[in-house]
Amino acid sequence: MAVLIDTSTRLLVQGLTGREGTFHAKQAAAYGTTVVGGVSPGKGGSTHEGWPIFNTVADAVEKTGANATVIFVPPPFAADAILEAADAGVALAVCITEGIPVLDMMRVATVLRDKPGTRLIGPNCPGLISPGKGKAGIIPGHICREGTIGIVSRSGTLTYEAIHQLSKLGYGQSSCIGIGGDPINGTNFIDALTLFQADPETEAIVMIGEIGGTAEEEAAAFITAHVTKPVVGFICGQTAPPGRRMGHAGAIIAGGKGTAAEKMTALQAAGVRVVKSPADMGQAMAEKLRARG
Amino acid sequence: MKIHEYQGKAILARFGVPVPRGDVAFNAEEAVKVAQQLGLPVVIKAQIHAGGRGKGGGVKVAKTREDVERVASSIIGMNLVTHQTGPEGKVVQRVLVEQGLTIARELYLGLVLDRAAQRPVMMASPAGGMEIEKVAEETPGLIFKEYIHPTAGFEAYQAKKLAFKLGLEGPAVGQAVKMMSAVYEAFKATDASMVEINPLIVTGEGNLLALDAKMNFDDNALYRHPELKDLRDLSEEDPLEIEASKFSLNYIRLDGTIGCMVNGAGLAMATMDIIKIAGGEPANFLDVGGGANAEQIRNAFKILMSDGNVKAVFINIFGGILRCDILSEGVIAAVKELGVKVPIVVRMEGTNVEVGKQMLKDSGLNFATADTMAEGAERVVALSRG
Repeated sequence: MAVLIDTSTRLLVQGLTGREGTFHAKQAAAYGTTVVGGVSPGKGGSTHEGWPIFNTVADAVEKTGANATVIFVPPPFAADAILEAADAGVALAVCITEGIPVLDMMRVATVLRDKPGTRLIGPNCPGLISPGKGKAGIIPGHICREGTIGIVSRSGTLTYEAIHQLSKLGYGQSSCIGIGGDPINGTNFIDALTLFQADPETEAIVMIGEIGGTAEEEAAAFITAHVTKPVVGFICGQTAPPGRRMGHAGAIIAGGKGTAAEKMTALQAAGVRVVKSPADMGQAMAEKLRARG
Repeated sequence: MKIHEYQGKAILARFGVPVPRGDVAFNAEEAVKVAQQLGLPVVIKAQIHAGGRGKGGGVKVAKTREDVERVASSIIGMNLVTHQTGPEGKVVQRVLVEQGLTIARELYLGLVLDRAAQRPVMMASPAGGMEIEKVAEETPGLIFKEYIHPTAGFEAYQAKKLAFKLGLEGPAVGQAVKMMSAVYEAFKATDASMVEINPLIVTGEGNLLALDAKMNFDDNALYRHPELKDLRDLSEEDPLEIEASKFSLNYIRLDGTIGCMVNGAGLAMATMDIIKIAGGEPANFLDVGGGANAEQIRNAFKILMSDGNVKAVFINIFGGILRCDILSEGVIAAVKELGVKVPIVVRMEGTNVEVGKQMLKDSGLNFATADTMAEGAERVVALSRG
């Protein structure tokens, strides 16, 4: 079944005519995703690489029946692109863009609370993939295998790392969701855990967090109360100095809060198998599943 | 981005926050001039991007002209060590000279982004003049919060609630409402990520005044605030980090011996972690970005090799779509061009990974390869010890 993305996904690309948009639209289509067209204001009516281009998301949805969109729009316009997708009623909006001002994202988050029909993934994320079914974003398809492990992560390349480790050990993935490295995002750990817990095809979950904020601690409380599937966790930034933003806008230990140690302790207390080394995520999952029989 | 106290006060004042009269001085002579305009006594405050300046000896009262000259010359040029500068301290290059004031009460006012609530939160506390983290830990009941609706804004009733909780009365309540609203306006208009007024004082005359001010800004929003660019003080930043930022490299200098070159912020942090687990110390955090092209690899090597502590380099690239043969080509060219002498361990994933590895082996240069990040970390730690 997978979550959020499957063979019924009809994907729109906002910013399709740009370099990144073009490249990743082709990659998604090559992976088997139904890419239905693109939105580039002012270029409506034209075609790009064989795909129809529309001026607005509303037009595109009306003409193509798109039910998902992936956003490759520069930071000054990305918040607006998300709101436009939500206004057009697109069920899934995946925003890859890094560098959106946080006040813009607060506005977006506030508006989206009144739009329960739209789920936002990201921003500043690699998007998501349901191996063998489809993808929206930039996660490389060839490292994935079809299977039953759900992955949720704040980091892009660490998601790839986890996928790679699992695939090499013979464990495929149901869906992999990159929720992004910004302080404010559309889908958080709890949302993703909820989806994986409810998905009959997902047998176990890998959760990858990082320093900054309290999303991992909140997820730990949620796991204690609601998640019965095995969870393996890793938190990066165990050696990060306090007060420095480690690449991601959201990865910062501020006022002594948001350390990796706090998050690891919280997850451990929730019964999550927390690995200290990023190299052990796959192995820990294999052990956890074998122990369960 | 961080700015100095006097710059923060100037911004807040523009939005109607009352601040003490004062001006910045870069030497004792200028300090005396400012003091003469203000009238004595004055307070002389070291301007560095770190808190705890008072305790470190960076804030002093001067009662006479001679005092001003002596205090200003002793603070300017001093190496100020506070709990936020680290043991190496920070050299003071400018001071703020301000009118002396009588203080009846010290309060706290802060406006930050609450990530979990996804909105800004105005925080006020009667326990001013102390570190707010300490107050939060020891007496959390003394911090009062009002969450701000991002589209509706900060409402007057919210300010009134906070003012009464602070125990203000009479005209001070109205002043507090005005001040908090002004702080929110300044926050919004400049894309600030935090405003902190600590202490916010009630003067002997019963007036509210921002005695200190700290403002940080959202780096992602700087593109729409050209007026803030001039406020950046490069002397507050690590020269290598400034250099790296010119190449759009995300680099943070640390004090270990193993240089790291990684794509992606999460993997870059994880690489530091695994080096530590293998018994080494990372010399830096470095995210070369998604592309990791030849040009970026060369730039990254330039930065890493400028750090004399680096004894070995660990390149950990998970390309996915990236072609490893092209990556290897870039790495080999950069190492040759820059004459990199230290051992380099490369762990990469992506298409054509075997071809890429063979190229490194055949290059005749000081490369070692690893199949996993654990293996790479162990190897680079061993090589760093010679």
